[in-house]
Amino acid sequence: MVSSTPTTTTSAFRIPHLVCPAGSLPALKSAVDNGADAVYLGFKNATNARNFAGLNFDDKSLREGVRYARDRGREVLVAINTYPQAGRLAEWHGAVDAAADLGATAVILADVGLLAYAAERHPALHRHLSVQGSATSYEAINFAQDAFGVRRAVLPRVLTLAQVENVVRHTTVEIEVFGFGSLCVMNEGRCWLSSYATGESPNTVGACSPAKYVRWEQQGKTMNARLNGILIDSYGEGEPAGYPTLCKGRFEVAGETGYALEEPTSLNVVELLPQIAAAGVAAIKVEGRQRSPAYVGQVTRVLRQAIDALKAPGFAVKPAWQSELAKVAEGHQVTLGAYDRPWR
Amino acid sequence: MSNPIKLAIGPILFYWSKDEVQNFYLQASDSPADIVYVGESVCSRRCQLRTSDWIGLAKDLAAAGKDVVLSALALAESEGDLIALRKLVAACAESGGRIRLEANDLGAVKVAAEAGVPFVCGPHLNVYNEATLAWFAAKGAVAWVPPLEAPRSLIAPLHASRPVGMATEVFAWGKIPLAFSARCFTARHYGLKKDDCQFRCLDHADGLTLATREGQSFLTMNGIQTMSAQHYSLLAELPALLDLGIDALRLSPQSKDFFAVLAAFDAARRGEPAGLPAACTDHGTCDGYWHGQAGIAKVGAEDDTLVVAASGA
Repeated sequence: MVSSTPTTTTSAFRIPHLVCPAGSLPALKSAVDNGADAVYLGFKNATNARNFAGLNFDDKSLREGVRYARDRGREVLVAINTYPQAGRLAEWHGAVDAAADLGATAVILADVGLLAYAAERHPALHRHLSVQGSATSYEAINFAQDAFGVRRAVLPRVLTLAQVENVVRHTTVEIEVFGFGSLCVMNEGRCWLSSYATGESPNTVGACSPAKYVRWEQQGKTMNARLNGILIDSYGEGEPAGYPTLCKGRFEVAGETGYALEEPTSLNVVELLPQIAAAGVAAIKVEGRQRSPAYVGQVTRVLRQAIDALKAPGFAVKPAWQSELAKVAEGHQVTLGAYDRPWR
Repeated sequence: MSNPIKLAIGPILFYWSKDEVQNFYLQASDSPADIVYVGESVCSRRCQLRTSDWIGLAKDLAAAGKDVVLSALALAESEGDLIALRKLVAACAESGGRIRLEANDLGAVKVAAEAGVPFVCGPHLNVYNEATLAWFAAKGAVAWVPPLEAPRSLIAPLHASRPVGMATEVFAWGKIPLAFSARCFTARHYGLKKDDCQFRCLDHADGLTLATREGQSFLTMNGIQTMSAQHYSLLAELPALLDLGIDALRLSPQSKDFFAVLAAFDAARRGEPAGLPAACTDHGTCDGYWHGQAGIAKVGAEDDTLVVAASGA
């Protein structure tokens, strides 16, 4: 598990910022206290692609969170990354205005109409292109830069490391990639699986496989997990049951039953950090606004240490980092996702 | 054009042999369709037809009098994907407006806008509101396809307030393209790597059905794309679509009975009795999205009965 020394001779090399999730004020504080350079979060409404019941921020908690982060020299990024629905633009405009008024460093947006609004009304507020904006090529990213002055783009979890490198080479927009957390196997912003089953999707209401449609059903020794009545998985006695996110269920294809789309796994790029830094990636994002403050703190602490280790020559992955991260990994399996060849 | 609503043949989303594709477009050329989309929009590994072959087909169909649109990839990942995109846009530019581009990501919008090529906002461009539709119109969009998950309650007001010169095309028939991934699920099913997929999609002309563990047909695996198992059908909603003044209906190609389905929509748009052939779906139809419900739901009447009834009204 020892990686090679980073090629510090290339001009692209940079120490990436660590961007961590906050679904609540305690999670924000936990991220800041454990070394996040920036915290991303969203409002308690449909403007937020992680619109989970009981989580997220109102104006008061956001104001306090911004103060806590800024006092410590950190940034707050506000994700307003669902698609404004016809006739309801005011809700999304209000969220952008509130983020500006409350002192956020940047808004993370997906919809082009909303990007245009933010650029016009709040030119001083940085604009990041959300992963939900599905920009997978430098042409798309440069377009967002020309049109809306986008400063950073978050890449969908579909590109290989070589493709990420190629994007960075062809743009002056900062590039942010996902580094740790549960893995969306689908191209974000272009997945309607959730609404096909339930009528609600990340693009429209900010939720995937929403909890209100989940039903657990004990049938003899079997536990069935249903989403709006559709059987996503069933678990035998003693088998650990997971949340029925529909792309992570077990299904039958041509007589074979298994994880036809994706096994529950966590992305973990720690061993790729030297290559990511050498590629010139500006920021690494941790997934998990639905996770606890303790989770956020633990993951932030380990990634902070790993990223700091890039500053000295001879980066080597510490077994302790990986065992700490493995404890919190979904399904207790880790993968390099699309960055690596096995997905290819 | 005497027909009150145009019929569009969407891009072929599956992987068919070159012969099958050519035969399909020969039939399309003689069909009542007004608009024909050609091009590979799903997977850049599919190479039965090269980009130049698609452009050749587009020219033939344009010469036969169809409105032709070249469809760009939805998920552009590599430099090669961008090279193909630039070729499509160059062909549109050379056609002098005869051939348009279907843009399915911002990169395609950029290349088209810079070349002054009019484009169609494909369903994957995520147009959910009036500001976004107006923004794309200013960049040269001449038509838009609402996201597949959009209900009538979203489509109707956006259509009513659309920018001047913008046509609204509603997806009205076919397995619904629901998601894209970096992963190829068909290759994964066969235990193959994507880079060495052995083009197994060729063996599944309408994709591979994915069912729940209690046997409910749910999704379709089509390489890197996940689709619905059910066919979306708005045939029964044709009177409503006519009433709203929707400009075009998109019918998505399938290997069996496609031109019989097209004939049914053609009859229905003229107010004649229309029924679908019994074997045109493998797992039935759905229309939940149109009605603001789960996409898989079947809300409206059965297609054949309602259309016959409506035509008599």
